[in-house]
Amino acid sequence: MADAARAAERPKRPRKPFSVQRMPGFATVAVICFVALYAPLFPLMIYSFNAGESIAVWQGFSWRWYESAWANEQVKEVTIRSLVVAAFASGISTALATLAALGTTRTASFKGQTVIYVMINQPLMVPEIVTGVALLIFFAMIKVATGYTGLAYLIAAHTAFCIPFAYLPIRARLEGMDKTLEAAAADLYATPWQAFRRVTLPLMAPGIVAGAMLAFVISLDDVVITELVKSAGQDTLPTYMLGQLRRAITPEINAISTALLAVTVALLTAIFFLSRSKE
Amino acid sequence: MAQPTDDARHGHAEREAARRRVRANWLLSAPALAMLAFAASGPLLIMLVYSFLTPGDYGGIVWKFSGEGWFQVLFSRDIFDETVGLADAHLTIFWRSLELSILTTLLALVLGFPTAYFIATRPREQRALWLFLVTIPFWTNLLIRTFAIMELIRNEGVINSILLWLGVIDAPLQMMFTEGATLVGMAYVYLPLMVLPLYAAMDRLDFRLVEAGYDLYATRLQVLRKVILPLVKPGVIAGSILVFIPSLGAYVTPRLLGGGRNMMMGNFIELQFGQGRNWPLGAALSITLLLVVMLALVVYVKNANKGGAGHG
Repeated sequence: MADAARAAERPKRPRKPFSVQRMPGFATVAVICFVALYAPLFPLMIYSFNAGESIAVWQGFSWRWYESAWANEQVKEVTIRSLVVAAFASGISTALATLAALGTTRTASFKGQTVIYVMINQPLMVPEIVTGVALLIFFAMIKVATGYTGLAYLIAAHTAFCIPFAYLPIRARLEGMDKTLEAAAADLYATPWQAFRRVTLPLMAPGIVAGAMLAFVISLDDVVITELVKSAGQDTLPTYMLGQLRRAITPEINAISTALLAVTVALLTAIFFLSRSKE
Repeated sequence: MAQPTDDARHGHAEREAARRRVRANWLLSAPALAMLAFAASGPLLIMLVYSFLTPGDYGGIVWKFSGEGWFQVLFSRDIFDETVGLADAHLTIFWRSLELSILTTLLALVLGFPTAYFIATRPREQRALWLFLVTIPFWTNLLIRTFAIMELIRNEGVINSILLWLGVIDAPLQMMFTEGATLVGMAYVYLPLMVLPLYAAMDRLDFRLVEAGYDLYATRLQVLRKVILPLVKPGVIAGSILVFIPSLGAYVTPRLLGGGRNMMMGNFIELQFGQGRNWPLGAALSITLLLVVMLALVVYVKNANKGGAGHG
């Protein structure tokens, strides 16, 4: 900014250059916030490497709890279930969200568009506990009627609340896209399908990938809706952890948390760079 | 959708094309809408019906109309003489939820405002990185972040260990299972939801106006109150709503940090479908919560129309 030049002209404030943007104390609070956001995670991660049984007394470094979590059959089972649900939910919701994004962007506003927006964003507005309870009731009805108690209920629930998370980055990508490219394709005698397949789809791909990853993370992290919807013996990793946290805690839970954190941060970093790759 | 749009606007052919495009838009959106109707919106209507039915003995319902579910939201009958009184236990829970949600919102605002301002005043190329640092916790598992707070404030936790070691206290402070623990936990967990929309509003802030304020001899506080705050008000409202709504329906954080004696709405609703075995009451409570949330959203939409804030 040109503040420096302006500040230099001010005679009355010789010591600190005056900046119109500076607010005293704001930077301090901000730094405290950033520290506070991350600091609590460190004891959790550190104790996952504790050699002892406790999550309060440090007894030396070891991989022991990672090994025990890895060998724990129940952890393995709930992790696989979480991954299966997240894979299905993110896959289906991204496909649906991609279609919906194509139908709602780059078009003259049409009647009922608001209805579509409200429907798609509904999972973001309704508290999770309310959705969870409503699904519990609804799925209980279906379970009684059909006798089916499989994983499809969880997948359906996750798919629904993942749709807005998949939709938003795809829509953002589409809105930033140059419409003339498709017009050019059409001018060069591409059929609508060819134009879509060869021009639109490759251009929106980063948005689709980002949307799918977000949906995956959101599904993988869900506690409340899963806790209410799951049938007996259908714990996912988060609901298993929730159960464990209310009992005597061993560093094994720290190890699982740290591993899950690592996966999330890795995915987010990938999304960060994907969404920055402008073109 | 991907048809070549002929920009010349003449004739009914144009109108016919527009109509076809609208139909295509609906067809494209239909699968997503169907999924949402099946596993998000539709079940809410069924819940509304359930709130007017009779509870079954072992959970579930009996298909017989009853207003009892809604009656019990606020009132209770004495089991001996059938006198009707206000359900104090329920009111306490409602009040606690409201109080803690408002306090959480305020705490997040006090911390989040300077943080968002700090990010918005960084050089442009640095901002994405600072913003990313706020986003990581936002997407990180809420359970893990609550667990992290548990580790800090437990009786054998980090804070008590340090204080004991320093000799400041002789016995561990009881911080877990208090309302304060829930408050701190929720503020920690939802802080990014405050910072992101605030930043979105501040990013558009025209600092020439701030400068004009200083040129007209305003003090820093005056500039903040009279220039900056009114300009970023949509962001303040968006952030507050985004923190308030999940706080009001919070389940995991109050359950783990507040414990059974400091239940909030979310836990109380869940209880009706577990040990409480009163599905109609649970459904009525859920709809009550939903109505409060909708009210907050209406306030938001009314205000946002002026500035159009919010992220995503």
